[in-house]
Formats: sequence, structure tokens, C-alpha cells
Amino acid sequence: MVTKNIEEYKGVFVFAQQVDNEISGIAYELLGKGKELAEKLSTEVTAVLIGYQVKALADKLAEYGADKVILIDDPELEVYRTEPYAHALASAINQYKPEIVLVGATAIGRDLGPTVSARVATGLTADCTVLEIGDFPLEPRPGIEQKHNQLLMTRPAFGGNTIATIACPDNRPQMATVRPGVMQKLQPVAGAKAVVEEYNPGFTPNNRYVTIKEVVKAVSDTVDIMDAKVLVSGGRGVGSPDNFKILEELAEVMGGTVSCSRAVVDSGWKPKDLQVGQTGKTVRPQIYFAIGISGAIQHVAGMEESDLIVAINKDESAPIFDVADYGIVGDLNKIVPQLTAALKSEKAAKNNN
Amino acid sequence: MKIVVCIKQVPDTKGGVKFNPDGTLDRGAMLAIMNPDDKAGLEAALRLKDQYGAEVTVLTMGLPKAKDVLLEALAMGADNAVLVTDRVLGGADTWATSTTIAGALRNMEYDLIITGRQAIDGDTAQVGPQIAEHLQIPVISYAQDIKVDGDTVTVQRQYDDRYHVVETKMPCLITALSELNAPRYMTPGGIFDACKAEVTTWGRADLKDVDDGNLGLAGSPTKIAKASDKVRKGAGEKIVPDSPEDAVSYIVGKFKEKHII
Repeated sequence: MVTKNIEEYKGVFVFAQQVDNEISGIAYELLGKGKELAEKLSTEVTAVLIGYQVKALADKLAEYGADKVILIDDPELEVYRTEPYAHALASAINQYKPEIVLVGATAIGRDLGPTVSARVATGLTADCTVLEIGDFPLEPRPGIEQKHNQLLMTRPAFGGNTIATIACPDNRPQMATVRPGVMQKLQPVAGAKAVVEEYNPGFTPNNRYVTIKEVVKAVSDTVDIMDAKVLVSGGRGVGSPDNFKILEELAEVMGGTVSCSRAVVDSGWKPKDLQVGQTGKTVRPQIYFAIGISGAIQHVAGMEESDLIVAINKDESAPIFDVADYGIVGDLNKIVPQLTAALKSEKAAKNNN
Repeated sequence: MKIVVCIKQVPDTKGGVKFNPDGTLDRGAMLAIMNPDDKAGLEAALRLKDQYGAEVTVLTMGLPKAKDVLLEALAMGADNAVLVTDRVLGGADTWATSTTIAGALRNMEYDLIITGRQAIDGDTAQVGPQIAEHLQIPVISYAQDIKVDGDTVTVQRQYDDRYHVVETKMPCLITALSELNAPRYMTPGGIFDACKAEVTTWGRADLKDVDDGNLGLAGSPTKIAKASDKVRKGAGEKIVPDSPEDAVSYIVGKFKEKHII
């Protein structure tokens, strides 16, 4: 590794991902966590905003906790491409020397993060679900210097079967990609302002600038399942794409939306953006209905933080019952429509009172 | 066209995970397979070979037994196989792994490098882009479609709610998604030939322009502070109702208790 004076590195950086000049939810989640880490280290959290004509977004970042915004604005940065974005973020890191850099573990961040970490020659921990400040090693060990105020990064591995806590004690910055939907956003403070510093390292296209020929957006008018308060999630046990109708009716009466397991996406019954789990999205709704979902560990990894889990499955030994608050062994085809009807009449009765 | 496909031997986490009495993973008891995203990357390379003609080399880093996935790749139709194995490379994180593989690639000829997006044991998706960074070549991650025309590669790059059609000149590195294709099976002839095939074995000395300080456990900037089985929230209640009506009144009752309705 390149020898660095790690004492020089101060402050927490958050990559403020934006797409189509709209800030992604993960940026606010990272600011919430970044602010907490910064307070523990008596330092500041800085959002690094990269794009083209994105200056107007800086105030939003301030409302969600950014003390400072580094704005890197250039026509080359209009649409995400690895190279100009990696150059932007790596240059900012080399210029400002933060001790921590957080990037969302999104389809963008999981490309940008590794490229930047290799460029600035430091470690990167992927898909973190817990970030804390602590000691490394955790307990004092003879013959090893215990370092304080380290970023301890916890992440699942082996498809969610194990959990590991990782540190980057001898190098800076300490970099992590963070799983979307896990960290909490702060309550926005209307009118909050951050210091905005414009920075442009210069962008000269080289062999690593790819050409974007076309941008094809998925046509979807559904709610992002990560924002839903109630999710009615179906698995292979639902039986057919048509039978998802009974889940949609339950979702409607609960004011929720439908999501699904990987098996359903693999069968082509539902689009990928509705998939919950290790290779899909992490969700934490107030109520999660798992209907006809066996509960493979990869699925559970994406929904176990839900406030309340209701599982309906005909297989009594299905592992989903190990995480469900209320598990019902039975035929979803009979139970779900009747449940929808009962909830509808409860609602109607309440409205009449 | 010369294509190098980077593959990894991984424990099959889908077939159930086994633990040692001390709580660590019992890798020996788990089936070792070719990582699924890597297999899709290999299939993509073999299709380019079928279509345009190409020499496909598979490259892996691991213990000597990782040779098994190389033989499988040869039986599927790869032309050459290289195993990088050396005691000093053990315990590597993604920085040290990508440094090692880049060091091996500097001793190979390639127009196109294909890796899987991520391995099912670590799930990091970091090694592919980091190899490209070490080699200073363009990277296109999350490929759901790959086309080649002369020295130009056109890739559908997947994002959460869209895809980009991206074009670049070779040499470049692409990370493949499992959704890219359905990998072919080994053929009996392929298996027969693979049994006789030579797997090239390289060690530390065969890595080019690599500093010892960037290899193995000692050269890994990230360090494990703690590893354990995931502690899961315990199960709640489970009922086996006599009728759907019972099931419904149970749920409605619980929702009332919790003031949900």
C-alpha cells in the first residue's frame, strides 16, 4: 500500500448520488449515518455532489444533515459513467483527505466505490449494514497497538449466513459501500444551509471514457418498494402471475404495495424492481406480509428488519416462520381473499363510527 | 480475439450452509462450485467464440483444489486455463486479490476480460472494477448483454430502473450478471479432453509489476475484527388454524391489538 500520513485525514464524506438531477434516497440515508459518525469523531459530514447543473440540489443535502457540500459540476458528468465519476470522487478525496468515505451500495456505487478505492489505494468494505466508531482490535491484544476511533463496518457474507465486522486501521480513507434501506434519514430541517464549495479537477476524455449510445428506462408506475409502509410480498407458492391479483387486493385495502421473492422474478412473473432480498432490495416496512414465500436466507436478509412480519404458508416447516411475528400455516388461496374482505369491512365499520 | 474469463471456486451457499462446532463455516462440508455470475461470464465468452472465433482462457486464484472449476470450464469449451496459487497470496481482501489477478493478467494477452459481477461467498462485486483500475482499462459493470463488432464492444449495462447501451474499444473489462444467459453444460467430449488438458499453474513469481506489500493477508488494507453467525430475531407465534376463518380472525385480532386497524 502507498504510505500515507493517516493523521492528515479528517472528516466524513458521503457520495450524494443523483440520477436525472434528482437525489437518490440512499444519499439522505448516508447523511443521517455520516452525521452520527461525524459527531462521535467531533468532525463534519460533507456531501460530495457530482453531476451536471446540479448546484440547486445542495440545499436539499443541507436539510438532511450535510455541514458542507463539495460540488463537482461538469458537462462530462451529466449521465453516470465510471471514469469521469471515479476521477471526480478520487480527486476530491486526494484533495480534501477525509477519514471516512461512504458510498451507497447501488448499481452505481458498487461500480464507483471499488474503482475509487483502488485509485486512492485504500480498503473498501462492501454492502455494510452497521457502521460504528470503535477500537481495533475490539479487545486489547498483547503486542498489537489498539487503535481508537476506527470505523467498524459490519456486513453479511455467505448469502447472509454469517456476519463480519471489518476495519481499515492502517489506511485512509476508510471506505464503505452501504446497503440502501438500512440507515435512517434525519428529519429534514427546512431552510438549513451548508457551505458549498465548487471543485473541478478537470475532465479530459481518455480511453476509459465509454460512450453512452442509449438510455432505456424501465416503464414502471409502481411505488418503489423501499418506500412502502406495507408490503404484500408473494413467492412461488402464489402459483401463477394471475393469482397475484389476490395479493394486490390485500395491498390495496392495507394501503400498501406488492413485492416478491427472487423465484417470482426468475419465473418472469414480476419485474426485478419488485424483488426483495440479497440480490434484490432491502426493505423495512411497518408490515411485511410473506405469502407463499418459503423464506430462503437470501430473501430473509432483505426483509427481516421489517417492524411486523406476517407469514402465510402451507408448509409448516418453511423457514419464513423462524422470522415471522405471526405465522399462519394454511392455504393462501383461501386465507388471503377472506382476510382482504375482513379488513375491508373492519375499515368500513371504523369509517362509519 | 483473445478473451480472459476470471472465475472463482465458491462454496454453494444455496445448498445449505454447514458450520463447524466453533461456529466457523465448514467449507469442507459444502459443495464447491463455479461462482454463478462467473459461469455466465464464461458462457458469454464461449458464445463470442462460437460467433466470431476467439481464444478463451480461464483464470482463477485460489487453493490447488480450485483447479476443479478450471477443468469444468475447459470441459465447457474454454481453450486454456491458468491457476494462480501460492501460500503468500492467502487471506487476501479485494484489494490484494485484484492486485494479484491484475499481476497475472499483465503476463497474458487479452482484448476482453470478463469477470462475474460478484461471488456468492463474499457478495462484494469489487474485484472486477478493481482489476480494471489496476490495468488502466475501461470497465463496464453489470452487463446484461454483450456484442462485439471489430474492436468495439457494445454492452447493456443494468441499473436499478434502467439500462444504458454503452460502447467502448477493447481492451476492456466487463462484469457479467447471471441474467446474461443460461450457461451450457459440459459435453462428454469436453470432459474427456479436459481430463487430458494442461492447467498452467502460476505462483508469486509469475505476477508482473506487483509489490509484495500488496499481496495476501499482510497486503490487505481491510482486516476482520470479528466474524460470527448471524444472530436472527427469534420466531414469533405460529398457528395451524382449523379453517381460513380462524386464520383471518387471528390476524384481525392481532392487528387490533397492535392498533394497526
